Amino acid sequence: MVMKVEGLVYRHEQALAPVLNDIDLILGKGEMLCLLGPNGTGKTTLLRCLIGALRIERGTIRIAGKTSTTARQLAQHMAYVPQASGESALSLLDTVLMGRTPHFRPLAMPGRHDHDIALTALSRVGIERLAHRAYNRVSGGERQLTLIARALAQEPSVFLMDEPTASLDLGNQVRVLRTIRDLAADGLSILFTSHQPEHALLIDARVATIADGRITRTGPSSEVLNAETLSDLYRTPIDVVALNGAPVACVPRI
Amino acid sequence: MNAINHTPENPGMHADVVAPTYCSQRPWSMAAMVFGVLVIAIFSMSLGHYPLSSATILDVLWSALIGRDSAQGSAANNVVLAVRLPRVLAAMLVGASLSSAGAAFQTLFRNPLASPAILGVSAGAGFGALLAMLLSAGGLMVQGAAFAGGVVAVGAAVFIASRLGRGSVLLLVLSGLVVSALFQALTSALKFIADPLNILPAMVFWLLGGLGQASLADLIYASPFALVGIAVLFLLRWPTQVLEAGDDEAKTMGISVRPLRLILIAAATLTTAAAISIAGTVGWVGLLVPHLARLLVGPTYTLLLPTSALLGAGYLLIVDDVCRSAFSTELPLGIATAILGAPTFVVVLMRARRQWS
Repeated sequence: MVMKVEGLVYRHEQALAPVLNDIDLILGKGEMLCLLGPNGTGKTTLLRCLIGALRIERGTIRIAGKTSTTARQLAQHMAYVPQASGESALSLLDTVLMGRTPHFRPLAMPGRHDHDIALTALSRVGIERLAHRAYNRVSGGERQLTLIARALAQEPSVFLMDEPTASLDLGNQVRVLRTIRDLAADGLSILFTSHQPEHALLIDARVATIADGRITRTGPSSEVLNAETLSDLYRTPIDVVALNGAPVACVPRI
Repeated sequence: MNAINHTPENPGMHADVVAPTYCSQRPWSMAAMVFGVLVIAIFSMSLGHYPLSSATILDVLWSALIGRDSAQGSAANNVVLAVRLPRVLAAMLVGASLSSAGAAFQTLFRNPLASPAILGVSAGAGFGALLAMLLSAGGLMVQGAAFAGGVVAVGAAVFIASRLGRGSVLLLVLSGLVVSALFQALTSALKFIADPLNILPAMVFWLLGGLGQASLADLIYASPFALVGIAVLFLLRWPTQVLEAGDDEAKTMGISVRPLRLILIAAATLTTAAAISIAGTVGWVGLLVPHLARLLVGPTYTLLLPTSALLGAGYLLIVDDVCRSAFSTELPLGIATAILGAPTFVVVLMRARRQWS
């Protein structure tokens, strides 16, 4: 198992109720796990705990069998793909090269080898011909793919992705999902958050639902994502529509 | 793997395409810039009331370097070695220092309006220098007090920010603003109580900045701090560039963000304080030159930093030449950098707006 979280508790301030309470998660090799839950239930907070940006109060996070490590050691095993934002004017190639940093000796600069890895990462997500474009001059979908390529250049075993399909058009959503599925097929373990349950169905990911800071259900998306669970989770009536016997879409009732 | 909705190819728009900058750092363009700065330096040494040709200057410098007597006569020797060389070296050191610190701060604070003065180093240095003057201290004491004042001010800003909240860049900038305002008020108080006939003019003159008083001794004391600071900024240029991705992101790429930020602030502050201790509070250079460099080599920090240093050295040489030669009396450097800097900055803004929208 690539990542194992046990009994994780996090609170913003001592006196307040925990934002995350007793979280257990397991992510196996080549597994896709989709975190679903309403706004403000702690999905992003959980990701920030896992990347070490927030200090957890209790619990253990094991990545590749180890608990606490330095930022550099952690970065060699785990890569984070944030939501595409920012107005960086760096080229896509320079942006992806940043991902090589955890493999550098102190004060080293990227060399020919890193450059090759960065170009390979860009071609793996299908945008190597944009390598010398500025990041703030490509589309939202291309930015998201660039950040995926940057994480690939890190050569990690785990990907953490914060709403990778948010604010993308339908076509780009599917392309990003396809990329996620292909990477998992190659052995990468991927934990991603989403507001669209059908995305988990589309790529047949495992699902963990999170409500009020606790994991409420986990399991294969086709089992977990039924009308009852979803209506309960989002507190609004939602139907799950099947095609050829398999659930494919979540349709809310207005 | 899969095609995506690409933005339309637009070969006419060069601004969209950023030059590749992965490893070689374009050694030839750097070498050309170093050569350019040296040419400007020799030219600057030929300017002045005592006319000297470039050949004479080169001969004097070469003779001094290999330790033989120059055939150019003692007057030429004196003018070059005792007067013009220190001044030219000081201009290059101050220009390179302020510009590299400016480039570092603009990247560190992810803000194109950041200048080396943003954390209070200039205000603190001004207070230190004027305090030493009020106590009738000598030249090197004034220089040392300016340096110490700058370092103390930035230290105070960093301390206040760390008390207010951990690792927030915004709090750091706000703390710098507060500390600057405080030291500026204290500086005004010093001017108010200073003897208006003997000390006040010297104070005002120091605050306007200038290289007329720069001596070899000033350089010997200040340059180690400036050069070490620049070297640290240069050695850490790659992790600094990764900081541009954002704090959380940089951390997930293996950067220890807060220690790195403190080291960069310390290095930039040493560099700037050393420059101010030589030249007084010279504004605009650290803000403007990194933007000029960005127009030349693009936004990649690993290239931007050395380019800013070289461009800053050349820029301050030229501005100091103007100060020395434009009028019969010498124009204070701080006035010239502001008068030249403001309109240049507007031009740069018009050209560069696209880059940071």
